[in-house]
Amino acid sequence: MPVSAVAARRFNVLPGFGLSLGYTLVYLSIIVLIPLGAVFLRTMDLTWAEFWQVVTAPRVVASYKLSFGASLAAAAINAVFGLMLAWALVRYSFPGKKIVDALVDLPFALPTAVAGIALTALYAPNGWLGQFIQGELGIKVAFGPLGVLVALVFIGLPFVVRTVQPILEDLETELEEAAASLGARRWQTFRYVVLPILLPALLTGFALAFARAVGEYGSVIFIAGNIPMVSEITPLMIITKLEQYDYTGATAIAVVMLVFSFFLLLIINGLQHWANRRTGRER
Amino acid sequence: MSIQVQNIQKRFGSFVALDNVSLDFPSGELVALLGPSGCGKTTLLRIIAGLEQADAGTVLLDGEDASSTHVRERQVGFVFQHYALFKHMTVFDNVAFGMRMKPRNVRPNETQIKKKVHDLLNLVQLDWLADRFPAQLSGGQRQRIALARALAVEPRVLLLDEPFGALDAKVRKELRRWLRKLHDELHITSIFVTHDQEEALEVADRIVLMDHGKVEQVGTPEEVYGHPATPFVYGFLGSVNLFHGRVEDSAVWVGEDAVPHHNTAIAQGSEVYAFARPHELEIVTDPNRTDGIKARVNRVLTFGVSSRVELDGVNGATGQHFEVELSQPQVQALALVAGQIVRLLPSRLKLFERSEAGLGVKR
Repeated sequence: MPVSAVAARRFNVLPGFGLSLGYTLVYLSIIVLIPLGAVFLRTMDLTWAEFWQVVTAPRVVASYKLSFGASLAAAAINAVFGLMLAWALVRYSFPGKKIVDALVDLPFALPTAVAGIALTALYAPNGWLGQFIQGELGIKVAFGPLGVLVALVFIGLPFVVRTVQPILEDLETELEEAAASLGARRWQTFRYVVLPILLPALLTGFALAFARAVGEYGSVIFIAGNIPMVSEITPLMIITKLEQYDYTGATAIAVVMLVFSFFLLLIINGLQHWANRRTGRER
Repeated sequence: MSIQVQNIQKRFGSFVALDNVSLDFPSGELVALLGPSGCGKTTLLRIIAGLEQADAGTVLLDGEDASSTHVRERQVGFVFQHYALFKHMTVFDNVAFGMRMKPRNVRPNETQIKKKVHDLLNLVQLDWLADRFPAQLSGGQRQRIALARALAVEPRVLLLDEPFGALDAKVRKELRRWLRKLHDELHITSIFVTHDQEEALEVADRIVLMDHGKVEQVGTPEEVYGHPATPFVYGFLGSVNLFHGRVEDSAVWVGEDAVPHHNTAIAQGSEVYAFARPHELEIVTDPNRTDGIKARVNRVLTFGVSSRVELDGVNGATGQHFEVELSQPQVQALALVAGQIVRLLPSRLKLFERSEAGLGVKR
């Protein structure tokens, strides 16, 4: 008898491997793979030259730069300030802590259009904050790339906080005391003891915030101003194509976004895997 | 290096953790802080380390006031009950941590660090584990690595907080002996906290007994075991039988029963606690005897060379349990049966006046 056949027959308290795997595959196919496949299939209607022309049109390229650039920047900002927020929520007790904790989830729950209108009203040149920032400091937030960044930071905040929070809660303060007793300064304790332990969760939060930001439409579209070549995001380019009944053009841009996002997430996953290996969580 | 603490006070809310504690830890000794949980021993250790701030009082390290010195400048090695190893670093990196964190101008180079780490790992006999991660080690190995890590910064004092508390009985015993041996080699002033009296008696040069935030007695293991200064110490160290009684004539009356005593310093009529160790009690089966305390035999346990007889008090000592230790031939000669009424005669009795102490003894 072949060895593998013996090894495959393992006893299991809850049987049903075949059934559950089959179900998983069918479900994944219907919900995820077929729609994504359709995007590629539709794009195939174009010739390679046509495809290249659509996806490298100057206005589209400018939108990639803004979408991915602003998303990366927003995720990075959220990684830093989300970590600080999580730290404050876990380590200290202060009046209204429960309310602050609940507020973190608000960007999750709020319809994105509401967030967009609220942010626009706030940062518009005549808005509460806008009149000071633009009037006094001369910085234009709403209706420009900076507005896009503000909206993406807003919607990405919960991801980092919620992924880092449980890890921070499990972090024993004894580790920091041990580091201090060994002569480590505060920043050394943070850099060499706390941060490496938080890094995988931080990267996960970063990846989630980034993925959400790339796909964000509702909250950005109001505040961006949508000036061609300046503040148009890629999802808007897809919508524009759709409105012109240029479905293949829309799917072509979608394919580029899909491939690009896929590779970025792959890189982040790779980083996470590397961080885990380096710190002994996996071998 | 010597350590002194003077008039240390510490409260957590309304709970008094340390109540005016003053102690002197001479250079080079291995001292045990012993007491039940909540007695303030760990808090005292953490205050000495600088991990906790006292509300009042001073900590002197080598005669210098260290109260305002940060833990990283006190040069103390601290070993935690749950090891507190850095899980994301190998054993080697854990031990090297303290050296690598030093300011650049005093930091040893990597070759020196490497040599030092291997020397320390050899000292704790775990050099072969240098490339492992803490999660891959047993509890005993982790604690030895934690000790090597603490020693790497050449601390002036070694402080150990229940270092063997999380280990199983066999490993605990092994590490105890090993710690004693290590201390004899290094002669570094060490304080360790424990609630295990056997551990303290076996390892320490000197024992500090604490209860309710106060120091009850300080002495060598022989002193504290042989001459307990307070009822608490008597009850905490080793098994003990306790009788509540009243002194009249030259006897302690427990209900209707009396046992003789020879302590003339105690006034007639005063209420006392009387203590006797299990081996200091004699069992008398003769029904005609009228001296000694009446008790009913509950069970006889035999293992090893000695036997233990468990008894329940009757008459004046109803509801109390006693324990007598005898040799096997003695037990056989007595031929005790469960339920039999016997009398207990102490060969040695230690008396404490009841007003003297709010007693923390539970038996």
